[in-house]
Amino acid sequence: MKRFGTFSSVVAGLTTLGLSSAAFAAGAIDGAVQKQATNWTAIVMFVAFVLATLGITYWAASKTKSAKDFYAAGGGITGFQNGLAIAGDYMSAASFLGIAGLVFTAGFDGLIYSIGFLVGWPVILFLVAERLRNLGKYTFADVASYRLQQGPIRSLAASGTLVVVLLYLIAQMVGAGKLIQLLFGLDYGIAVGLVGVLMVGYVMFGGMLATTWVQIIKAVLLLSGATFMALMVMTHYGFSMEAMFKHATEVHSKGIKLMQPGGLVSDPVDAISLGLALMFGTAGLPHILMRFFTVSDAKEARKSVFYATGFIGYFYILTFIIGFGAIVLVLNHPEFMAADGKGIMGGSNMAAIHLAKAVGGDLFLGFISAVAFATILAVVSGLTLSGASAVSHDLYASVWRKGRASDADEIRVSKITTMVLGVLAIILGIAFEKQNIAFMVGLAFSIAASANFPVLFMSMFWKGLTTKGAFYGGFAGLISASVLVILGPTIWKDVMGHADALFPYKNPAIFSMTIAFAITYIVSKIDGSQTAKDEMEAFEAQYIRSQTGLGAEGASEH
Amino acid sequence: MTNQIHERIKANPKFQELCAKRSSFAWTLSAVMLIAYYAFVAVIAFFPASLGTPVSEGAITSVGIYVGLALIILSFVLTGIYVQKANGEFDALNKEILDEVK
Repeated sequence: MKRFGTFSSVVAGLTTLGLSSAAFAAGAIDGAVQKQATNWTAIVMFVAFVLATLGITYWAASKTKSAKDFYAAGGGITGFQNGLAIAGDYMSAASFLGIAGLVFTAGFDGLIYSIGFLVGWPVILFLVAERLRNLGKYTFADVASYRLQQGPIRSLAASGTLVVVLLYLIAQMVGAGKLIQLLFGLDYGIAVGLVGVLMVGYVMFGGMLATTWVQIIKAVLLLSGATFMALMVMTHYGFSMEAMFKHATEVHSKGIKLMQPGGLVSDPVDAISLGLALMFGTAGLPHILMRFFTVSDAKEARKSVFYATGFIGYFYILTFIIGFGAIVLVLNHPEFMAADGKGIMGGSNMAAIHLAKAVGGDLFLGFISAVAFATILAVVSGLTLSGASAVSHDLYASVWRKGRASDADEIRVSKITTMVLGVLAIILGIAFEKQNIAFMVGLAFSIAASANFPVLFMSMFWKGLTTKGAFYGGFAGLISASVLVILGPTIWKDVMGHADALFPYKNPAIFSMTIAFAITYIVSKIDGSQTAKDEMEAFEAQYIRSQTGLGAEGASEH
Repeated sequence: MTNQIHERIKANPKFQELCAKRSSFAWTLSAVMLIAYYAFVAVIAFFPASLGTPVSEGAITSVGIYVGLALIILSFVLTGIYVQKANGEFDALNKEILDEVK
């Protein structure tokens, strides 16, 4: 039993950290990690990936002339390509390593998480995707501010975007640093710097076109690698899930409990709140929403979500098999166990990486390590582009220059912002190295669900929405989600070390979303100004465009 | 000019038909997804043991595994159903509406 002490403590840790933190485990690797011997196979494969993507960036740079090219790849991405790119954005290193690790420690609970991440997609398709495509140009703020005042609404949307992007970026940078230290044997600082420099390169020179292709390549590599691993595991058991589960329950300390819901989802309020954050947070993530403007029309936007849902669902089935594969092929195999006998080397989030070696030797380990690194690069590039467009398109061009900025000016500001975000990401990545950052992606989802989503949703569905209502409601969601997370068990108790949390739940979405919607509604209702009346009048034109696509942005010529 | 086009679209019964059909279809599918997912969450929160039951006498695999996989497949199938109908029937209707105001 002693050997498994660490597993139960991991599970206990995950439970206290909050569901969100466990799943996103953006930090994939928590706590101090041991630098490993330099892994040359992995480095060679990674260099090959970087060279290929730099080649693409060079090609993309030659095609990126206008603002539309820069932000939306000219609107010429097909539904299938965009579906892969969306899946690429969504299948971060955290969800690959984190969910496989969660299945490895807790079995069925890992599946509960994957499902939470997936079910938002159909709802995005049914309610948001085509209206978003028909109304927007480059950012979701285009849609939210369509018939409202540009200044306040774009400032709100840009705040929501930047907060979400920065939280996500920090989590990815710290995760990247630790992962690379483990996989490649590079220094943490060098690893973080490398990620920062490469992402700035892709985004600055290649814009959305390069970012999209980096995502697509990475998604294909990750899906192929994961498929190979799952197949190798299944061949061990003659493709019988039952046989695999039987073996796993025999060797794992949890035994048959692997097949049952465990302690991860125990409190009903927290469980529902997490479900809300996952489902509607996805529909409020700025870097995901931005992807809908890269396709030519609503038809392609719908196809994107169909393909993305398929790829993401398939990927989660693979990670589930990979997690179980690690239980049978990694756990208790001396070469993968930590020196002190406490669990596997590098912690449970390394389960998928060790499994790569177990099924495919050093060569495949190198491949998967390179893919994990590529995954982080692709995700941070998408985030950076989204943050940069919030500053250049929403704040600079629309609020500051009141729509009178030229394309060239806008792109220039975007590139400067990309540089600034890159530097900021490196500094924050280094500053947060030793911090517990597991809550950050969970917080990002809660904020996306509580600030971005309500404003976007109400602007498309409710005629009575006014600028004041959206502005106060959006900020109420942003602030309440942040404050409740800080006062909740995740930060107040676990990070700050207080005995008891002031707010009992780990996931605030059920409260902060209610606050956002209620304030948006009440303030809009009591807003009797002439502007408010005009804004309600303007709903009809917006509605016709959102339904028919009349006047919507098309694809550019080239 | 734009206003005139808007008025004509608004007055077109096909436009009313498109909006009504598409929106009821979208909300129905959303409801199916939301109910299926939150029922799953509720069972986990209130009756966790039921999902842990083996699928058959002496089996290891639990009911929960199949329910989970079914939810993943349901998400994909529902998006497929919507795209099929929206990109076919609804888009054809939409095209008729737009052609009439050209």
